[in-house]
Amino acid sequence: MAVDMEMKSTGSAEKEIQGRSLWQDAFRRLLTNKASVVSCVVLLSIVLIAVIGPWIHPNPFDEVYWDYIQAAPDIEAGFYFGTDTNGRDLFVRTLFGIRVSLLVGLVATGVSLVIGVTYGAISGYVGGRTDHIMMRFVDIMYSMPFMFFVILLMVIFGRNIFLIFAALGAVEWLTMARIVRGQALSIKNREFVEAARASGVSNFNIIRRHIIPNALGPVIVYVTLTIPQVILIESFLSFLGLGVQEPMTSLGVLISEGAQQMESAPWTLLFPASALAIILFCFNFIGDGLRDALDPRDR
Amino acid sequence: MLSFILKRLAGAIPTLLIIVTLAFFLIRSAPGGPFDKERTVPPEVAANLNAVYHLDDPLWEQYLYYLGGAIQGDFGPSFQYRDFSVTELIAAGFPVSLTLGLTAIFLAITIGVSLGAIAALKQNSLIDYAVMATAMTGITIPNFVMAPLLTLVFGVYLHMLPVGGWGESISQAFLPIVALALPQIAYIARLTRGSMIEVLRSNFVRTARAKGLPERLMLSRHALKAAMLPVVSYLGPASAAVITGSVVIEQIFGIPGIGRYFVQGALNRDYTLVMGVVIFYGSLIISFNLIVDIIYGFLDPKVRMG
Repeated sequence: MAVDMEMKSTGSAEKEIQGRSLWQDAFRRLLTNKASVVSCVVLLSIVLIAVIGPWIHPNPFDEVYWDYIQAAPDIEAGFYFGTDTNGRDLFVRTLFGIRVSLLVGLVATGVSLVIGVTYGAISGYVGGRTDHIMMRFVDIMYSMPFMFFVILLMVIFGRNIFLIFAALGAVEWLTMARIVRGQALSIKNREFVEAARASGVSNFNIIRRHIIPNALGPVIVYVTLTIPQVILIESFLSFLGLGVQEPMTSLGVLISEGAQQMESAPWTLLFPASALAIILFCFNFIGDGLRDALDPRDR
Repeated sequence: MLSFILKRLAGAIPTLLIIVTLAFFLIRSAPGGPFDKERTVPPEVAANLNAVYHLDDPLWEQYLYYLGGAIQGDFGPSFQYRDFSVTELIAAGFPVSLTLGLTAIFLAITIGVSLGAIAALKQNSLIDYAVMATAMTGITIPNFVMAPLLTLVFGVYLHMLPVGGWGESISQAFLPIVALALPQIAYIARLTRGSMIEVLRSNFVRTARAKGLPERLMLSRHALKAAMLPVVSYLGPASAAVITGSVVIEQIFGIPGIGRYFVQGALNRDYTLVMGVVIFYGSLIISFNLIVDIIYGFLDPKVRMG
């Protein structure tokens, strides 16, 4: 059903008129979902503050304030979230942590998107034995303890943020590939693909112009659910001390430091932990909302 | 049935082989050898060390050697804990981790299924919303955030439970197990609620009700059994999640399980230990999936045992 609707919408000549209406419909449905709308607003504000905040705020993230070591939150002194055990401004550090988390989330999800969509589209479109082998490979990959391989990678090649991007992207593409493959399987037998093939469009262009755009709905939903997943894994690694390194920070590092100081300085745990929780909540609600909006089957 | 099990077993072997192979070549591609951190040793000593650990042999021979050892459960010596082999370390930590993990899974199933079933029976009531909101929280907040928060509240502020340690009293186990089980409770509650709602609308439930079966019997004999299927198939991923979670939980609460060795090994670049644990965890997860597959095959008549 969902596929049918998208088909009409983005396929061939009717694209202009109905294509918008599908996405407009979805958008309208999304707007009726209060949790999603609130989440969008909250998330956007967090992103804005995290991106702009450190520029405006006078305190650098790695400056040590010797008079304010492990100071409780104090608006007048300018330390909104207090300071950590080293006397650094926790507010600015949390903002940097959010930046790193979001960056990792976006880039790693981007990597997984590219790999997963390409792999899935080829597998589904080509079909037959190729499809079988490609999906068997995904099945085998699925049963791997990937978290541990990522840790293994960190151990071997050192803690490098680009490695985190690549490793997490390489881990998260499997489900994406399965989703796109399923879509591709059903799309490739539609009339407009047949028409394209009959008029001599190359396989590459059919995949690029017809298969992938029509599979986008579920992919977008899955992307919004992958981003929090990736943020979570990065925080997990950083929490264990295997992620981002000092003086750079991430939410996982801050939470780990806060957990060690929570008896004497609970704010060092509470602020980064809430930041992470709020971000994850927002993404999950947006993902749920998008799924309801883009998938009329459930309605 | 036997051929079904055998087929699944055969499917698990290539996966295990890939895990061992990947782990081995990843470690070997690491910059620097395992003895580089040592003070410079005389060349003879270095040569002897290399000979003992087969580091001079060609790579593929080392691989076969490691593979042969791994099949027999021998992962070589730990480079960090001098007097122990990796296998001994794993054997020392495993009972603790297993107790922790199994209790968490058991807790997750009992509480998760009950909560989910109650929410489904009282669909769209206040109880339902409360359960689902709690489940959402449990799923969203990772256990490395939940564990310190629980400790802060119950250990530091309320002084109800000890904040760490293991094996001295049962109350020490409470917080780690709860922290480990919470996300799984949440997932299972959501799964059970979803499938239970579907089952309650199905024909056989209507028949059972129509013939006058008491609600309690209808639930226990018909509905719950059918609603459990998705939960059973989730137990594979759940066990993987619990194993991953135990790594961080053991670290936080100072529990002497495999996960803690693993993190220490990873931070100290103890290659053989890390590699051994990865392979061990891998085979554990694969075995769990296998068992779950087989149980599922028994429960669901629709699965073909061909």
